[in-house]
Amino acid sequence: MGEPGHESALVLLVDDYPDNRDIYVQFLTYSGLRVEEAENGYEALDKAFALRPDVIIMDLSLPGLDGWEATRQLKRDPRTRHIPVVVLTGHALAGHSQGAMDAGCDAFITKPCLPERLLEEIRTILTAAPRPRSGDLTS
Amino acid sequence: MAAHPGECAQRALAWLQRRAGIRRGVCLVTHVGENPRLTPLASVGVPPTRLRGFSVDLEARDHPLTQALFSTRPVVLASNGHAPSTPLGSTATQAIPLRALEPNAPPAGLLLLTPLSPAGTADAQWLGRVLGPRLAALTAASHLQEFGQQLRHEHTLLYSIINTVTDPILLTDADGRIMIANARAEALLATGEDQSEGRRRAVALNNMLFSAVLSRHALEGAGAPRSEVPLADPVDGSDLLFEVLSTVTSDAREGTGVVSVLRNVTDLQRATVEIEENYRRLRQTESEARAEKDRLELVIDSVADPIIVTDPGGNIVMMNVPAERLFTVPEAGGEEAQRLVQANDAHFSSFVSNVFFEADARRRSGSISLIDPRTGIALPMEAISGKIVSEHAEVTAVVTILHDRTEELERAHLYEELKKASAELERKVREATSELVHQNELLRRSHIELEQASTLKSQFLANMSHEFRTPLNAILGYTSMLLKGVSGEMTAQQNRNLERIDSNSQHLLSIINDILDISRIEAGKMPLTVAEFTIPELLREVLAEVEPLIARSRLTVSAELAEELPTVGSDRQKVKQIVINLLTNALKFTPQGWVKVAATWDAGSEQVAIAVTDSGIGIAKKDQDVIFEDFRQADNSPTRRYTGAGLGLAICRRLATMLDGELVVHSALGAGSTFTLTMPRTRKGE
Repeated sequence: MGEPGHESALVLLVDDYPDNRDIYVQFLTYSGLRVEEAENGYEALDKAFALRPDVIIMDLSLPGLDGWEATRQLKRDPRTRHIPVVVLTGHALAGHSQGAMDAGCDAFITKPCLPERLLEEIRTILTAAPRPRSGDLTS
Repeated sequence: MAAHPGECAQRALAWLQRRAGIRRGVCLVTHVGENPRLTPLASVGVPPTRLRGFSVDLEARDHPLTQALFSTRPVVLASNGHAPSTPLGSTATQAIPLRALEPNAPPAGLLLLTPLSPAGTADAQWLGRVLGPRLAALTAASHLQEFGQQLRHEHTLLYSIINTVTDPILLTDADGRIMIANARAEALLATGEDQSEGRRRAVALNNMLFSAVLSRHALEGAGAPRSEVPLADPVDGSDLLFEVLSTVTSDAREGTGVVSVLRNVTDLQRATVEIEENYRRLRQTESEARAEKDRLELVIDSVADPIIVTDPGGNIVMMNVPAERLFTVPEAGGEEAQRLVQANDAHFSSFVSNVFFEADARRRSGSISLIDPRTGIALPMEAISGKIVSEHAEVTAVVTILHDRTEELERAHLYEELKKASAELERKVREATSELVHQNELLRRSHIELEQASTLKSQFLANMSHEFRTPLNAILGYTSMLLKGVSGEMTAQQNRNLERIDSNSQHLLSIINDILDISRIEAGKMPLTVAEFTIPELLREVLAEVEPLIARSRLTVSAELAEELPTVGSDRQKVKQIVINLLTNALKFTPQGWVKVAATWDAGSEQVAIAVTDSGIGIAKKDQDVIFEDFRQADNSPTRRYTGAGLGLAICRRLATMLDGELVVHSALGAGSTFTLTMPRTRKGE
């Protein structure tokens, strides 16, 4: 299913709300993507450094290290700087999106967000920024 | 022959002494005239002392010597006690009268002889006859000579008198020739050979003028005896004026003449002219003074303040009408008015007398209390007095102006009141201000609290929004996946149910979004992002977004764009939100027919308008305000047909206001609706 070159893309999905993770995991997997999950900022950083995903879907309100700080650290680190971060959050106020942009995210989506919308966004980002991948991420 | 009567008599007596042997003899001579008397002329044998002062008054007829004088023959005067009556003593004396030749002539004198023999008597009588006419003739000649001398003397005296008169005096004959002229007249009218040409000419001119006056007199007769003649002073040539008084004199010997007295009236005329000039000036000055006085009085009377002029005696010499009101008893005034006038007089006099007594100050001001005699109202007056001082530094008058200070005092009183009120006001303001400061402090605190509350509210709303969205996201996500068959194929019924879940969730989401918008606007947290954009491009985007709804509605949707729509500088997102809202409403409330979006531009007011018109159910007049209220629909009943939280238009109107625009509706029930957003082409920055 899906186009070649994207099926093998790895998505790191960071969200502390299990049901939301479950929806997107189900749908993205169903759509042919590989999905890794993280439920807080520290876990997100660990997995990002370890797995070097093609794209990171980042919730902002996270226990422990929040999404803004996690994004900042990812964008500061040379190993993960190139990985696009799509912020997906229930925070709809103007200040929130600005804060996220300041932290270095590449896209900003407000919940509620239907799974197909997220997929669309991921595809857009991956198409817009194709890049050489490290071998361990390629399956 | 002796020429003198005394010498003649002495010789005669000496002859008798020798011939008749008389021892003593005296010759007495008569004097005629005012005081006729008999005095000794010559004597022999008589001491001169006895004769000195001897005189017999001829008026005394009973005197023996007088009787002897007037008798025709010699008389013997006996020695009978009449001793002092003859200069020869008490002895018997022979008295022989001496007669002139003329029978009527008075006796020339008397010979007194003693003693006398009968022969001697004959000699004596002969001598008497010879001596009588001789003595008479000699006496007469002597008298004539004396008279001539006296006359010459008197003439000289008269001349000197006339000459001492400074007025020229002349006597002229009938032909106008000068008979007699005094020195002054001669100086003017007579000239000598040795005098200068100028003087001679002046004299000639004077004579001509004087003659003219005389001839005029002669013509006019005694009717005009006085006239004036201008003459020239021959010495210095100056003009002189004389008054001529002429009197005609008639003399049997000299004929008719005219005596003229010229009186120098040059100075008099000069004085007259001067006096006339002075008088004229005086009259002029007087008339000027009168005019000045009239003017002054007019001025003084036209002054509303009383003006009084007082002389040094304290008497009022002048006052104007306003002053009269205070210092004269009104016609209808009774005793009370009179008393008040007197009181005013007393106050005023005391003030003015102080002015007179103050030597150094020329002005004095003070206040005196007077009373209006008509009304009895007290008048607090300010009096200003000025002295009028003559050139001899005497105070001739005092002028006083009174000024009614009632109004001034009232004003001052009012001013005091005002000041008091103002102070009171100030105090109240101060109190109010301090109260205000207190309130402000409270407000400030409450503002801080409110701000904190607002921050908390915003935080709460943000949190709530987040909290709502998270589960809603899950609901919508799962529903979507089920509908997409991610979890396997659904039955038709299941699909329908899932769609219900989906649409309800969407509705819930839109409510949450609306509430969030309202809250953000209310809290002032709705940011405004002004940027340039074009209306057609915006409308295309809007239509694209609502395309699914249009497709479902089966309505004809059209767009109508005015030509030359300008670029708009506003918040694109908010305009878009408003238009989407209006369009979705139109689609929702129009069961069938059409919906039209129109954009217009008014260059004059620089306003852009976007109108959304539908052929839908319309809105009743009474509901046209209601629809813009929060949580309201026209049909607000629990059984209403149309869903929605009723927040859409309320938000739209708030957003329009944020854009400095407005949102209005034109509609009628069953006749469709037009919602128009009007806004400035360029929204001014904050």
